[in-house]
Amino acid sequence: MATLHFELVSPEKLVFSGEVEQVDVPGAEGDFGVLAGHAPMVTTLRPGVLTVKTGGGEHKIVVLGGFAEVSAKGLTVLADTADTVADFDRAVLAAQIGVIEQQIAKLEPGNALDNLITRLDNFKAVDRHLTGTAMH
Amino acid sequence: MASLKDMRVRLASTKATQKITKAMQMVAASKLRRAQVAAEAARPFAERMDVVLGNIASAVAGSDSAPRLLAGTGADKVHLLVVCTAERGLCGAFNSSIARLARERANALLAQGKEIKILCVGRKGADQLRRQFGKYIIEVVEQRGVKQIGFAQAQLVADKIVARFNNNEFDVATLFFSRFKSVISQIPTALQVIPPVFEPAAETTTGAAAGYEYEPEEGEILDDLLPRNLSVQVFRALLENAASEQGARMSAMDNATRNAGEMIRKQTLTYNRTRQAMITKELIEIISGAEAL
Repeated sequence: MATLHFELVSPEKLVFSGEVEQVDVPGAEGDFGVLAGHAPMVTTLRPGVLTVKTGGGEHKIVVLGGFAEVSAKGLTVLADTADTVADFDRAVLAAQIGVIEQQIAKLEPGNALDNLITRLDNFKAVDRHLTGTAMH
Repeated sequence: MASLKDMRVRLASTKATQKITKAMQMVAASKLRRAQVAAEAARPFAERMDVVLGNIASAVAGSDSAPRLLAGTGADKVHLLVVCTAERGLCGAFNSSIARLARERANALLAQGKEIKILCVGRKGADQLRRQFGKYIIEVVEQRGVKQIGFAQAQLVADKIVARFNNNEFDVATLFFSRFKSVISQIPTALQVIPPVFEPAAETTTGAAAGYEYEPEEGEILDDLLPRNLSVQVFRALLENAASEQGARMSAMDNATRNAGEMIRKQTLTYNRTRQAMITKELIEIISGAEAL
């Protein structure tokens, strides 16, 4: 199977770099899978779980926002935070959910509120996902 | 003429000082290594961000829809100077050289009849600029208690800048920080971040960028990307600064240790000479006393 070059970078470090078969990315407007030869595109990410499929198996990586670029050279994901599911600190997520809930309580209805609620939903989805995988 | 006891006390205090500077130098050396690793780890992100943003920017350039963070307000009246310095002194000319660069820029802008506003990150820069530009300083962000600079701190600063920009408080923003070249050489640098200046290298990729699909629209992506880019720039500046600070402190403390060593040598010499002179004097007194009998 043809492979594509995939790089996952967070501000603090280069998390992943190498040849992979497929990457499932949580895009802002829906999840999408990237295979070799994908058309060039740029998209923003929502907080979610990114799945990397290589010949050897699957890696799941939690990304909290960022953006992805597909070019002829491959896929580059620039994430705000990126940790493998095993390393990811659930306490951080819980704390952020708490902060957002407080902010929502204070806000007047409007765009900012809508955005925050979307963000909260995304965070909770990640949390649920992690709870699910932990039980397996 | 100081008594022998005074000289002993002084010598002991110089030795204690040397121990402190020596310890500070070693601490700075180990922190420098960590700061350098952090600065290097952050580089790939910033580089790719530059490339992607350069691609998108050239795609929307010229159109009226370009967001203000990218195109600027069109005016050049009010300048925001973001001065990043350390929280601590005892690091040679590190803080003052950044403050000096900022001061020169501020004076030049004032001479051109522009307005300036100053946002200080780090206490030391604020202390140095307060005397001359106190009324222009709009905010001081202290980094005290921050052990390892994380992206969160940079985001905090960037958010403040973006919020002020959206309030139309300034037209052009420039970051002042010290670029880390080597332990003995840190270069104070001014970097314009709003509107961003792209390296000419970005031009060459323009052709390849034409076929991009954007999801959501270019405008929305840019709205998300530009504040993030600012955070990255601030983050990079803070990391470079951290490495520079430790480098500057290391060489300053190395100098101080050497100077203390030199002082100890001189003081020991005078002390021993004085001690011998005293003994000789006492002997002469005894002998001449015995002869007189």
